[in-house]
Amino acid sequence: MPNNKKMYDKGKVIAGLCIFVVMITFPFWYNLGKAAPAPEPKLIGKAAEAGQQCVESKEYMKAEHMQILNDWRETVVRDAKRIYVNSSGKKFEMSLSNTCLDCHTEKAEFCDKCHNYASVSPYCWDCHVDPKEEM
Amino acid sequence: MESGRRSFLKIAGLSALGLGVRPVIEVLASGEAAKPTVMKGENILTAKRWALVVDTRKIESEEDLEPMIEICDKIHNVPKFENKRHEIKWIWMEEFKHAFPTQEHEFLDERVEHLPFLTLCNHCEKPACVRVCPTKATFKRQDGIVLMDFHRCIGCRFCMAACPYGSRSFNFRDPRPFIKEINSKFPTRMKGVVEKCNFCAERLAVGKIPACVEVSNGALIFGDLDDSESEIRETLRTNYTIRRKPALGAGPSIFYIV
Ligand code: HEC
Ligand code: HEC
Ligand code: HEC
Repeated sequence: MPNNKKMYDKGKVIAGLCIFVVMITFPFWYNLGKAAPAPEPKLIGKAAEAGQQCVESKEYMKAEHMQILNDWRETVVRDAKRIYVNSSGKKFEMSLSNTCLDCHTEKAEFCDKCHNYASVSPYCWDCHVDPKEEM
Repeated sequence: MESGRRSFLKIAGLSALGLGVRPVIEVLASGEAAKPTVMKGENILTAKRWALVVDTRKIESEEDLEPMIEICDKIHNVPKFENKRHEIKWIWMEEFKHAFPTQEHEFLDERVEHLPFLTLCNHCEKPACVRVCPTKATFKRQDGIVLMDFHRCIGCRFCMAACPYGSRSFNFRDPRPFIKEINSKFPTRMKGVVEKCNFCAERLAVGKIPACVEVSNGALIFGDLDDSESEIRETLRTNYTIRRKPALGAGPSIFYIV
């Protein structure tokens, strides 16, 4: 049998394939080493003062603060209980603006920065007020 | 494997024992961190059924009512719209013929005919708004207050259709630009939710009576209907009072001495 496994226009096909591969992988190598680093939430304002402690431990807050806030609003509005006693016995008023933001006074630098990175935009601020913006 | 009735029963028995042991182990193991808890504030004012008497004999003109309305609007971030159709009302003034349409007649005495009546949510005993709310955003608290949980309001406005007193308003627009001075301690509302008077739930929680009562110079009497020794019960015992649209059977908790 004659060997006619011949590739027509070999040069053009291979060049075309190369260009194709380069173009399809462009986004990957273009962004190489440029992945946005996760922002370290900055503790400024009152929360940065020595001896201040969050409602719960840092690790717990990082993972569960949305759950805590959800429980808080339910308990305050529906059960008329407004005081939270944390796992070490310390009391807090369950309030988004009057407790969380009283310590984390820089909402933009703390909550928002992290949320922007994680692409979450809590709708709470349509109603709840950042005291700093209104002063 | 052959498994007769006896061996089956043995295994079943052991399994049941295992199930019984688990709670015991859990109790023994949970020694360390206490669970967080929630509680009421120490000074909280409690009642079985909060109510209000409006003593209209102590009111002469709109000027007497204005401070009560102003303080409420201020602390609760109630916006002021020029357009009447967008108006948000928590506590407002009404003419007798509108507040008490079934009691109005053409020979009404002059004082009552021209007197402004203070109107607000009636915190009804059998609130129609609570029955129609599809998300339980409006609910009745243990202390009789008909309260809104704004986190659940989807803006369907069934409650507005159900309320016979016009006590509810809908946010057709973002209210924030129409609030003169925002009180950052209390949330505003947003476009698309209904709102109304909350009988100052946030103040009762810290031991304060409603703000309108506080500035009323005795024209408003607030108290627990369930407490026969209370000032409000004494007032009701010794004065003839009327309520708005009583025939509807909603059982309003706002009483008027005319
Ligand atoms: C008494 C002051 C105070 C209050 C009130 C407070 N925080 Fe904090 N928060 C802190 C401090 C201080 C830290 C840092 C803890 C650490 O580094 O160990 C922190 C840490 C956090 C973190 C973790 C940040 C990270 O680095 O990952 C989150 C999230 C957070 N807080 C959210 C909240 C929320 C939500 C509320 C209200 C429910 C709240 N905080 C109330 C002081 C406070
Ligand atoms: C360490 C980063 C970080 C910080 C700091 C942080 N958050 Fe968050 N937050 C998140 C992430 C991530 C989510 C989304 C979680 C999810 O979707 O499961 C979230 C979700 C939430 C939600 C729920 C949003 C929704 O739509 O369900 C609320 C409310 C919230 N955060 C409030 C706050 C407040 C208030 C602060 C500042 C006091 C704060 N967060 C600070 C990371 C952060
Ligand atoms: C439609 C307006 C609205 C939105 C949106 C809203 N809230 Fe609220 N929230 C209120 C009102 C009104 C109260 C009652 C305040 C009171 O009685 O003191 C409240 C109470 C609360 C409370 C307890 C009291 C306090 O001072 O904070 C918490 C916690 C809370 N909301 C968390 C949230 C969170 C978290 C979100 C977003 C995921 C949110 N809320 C979104 C209106 C709103």
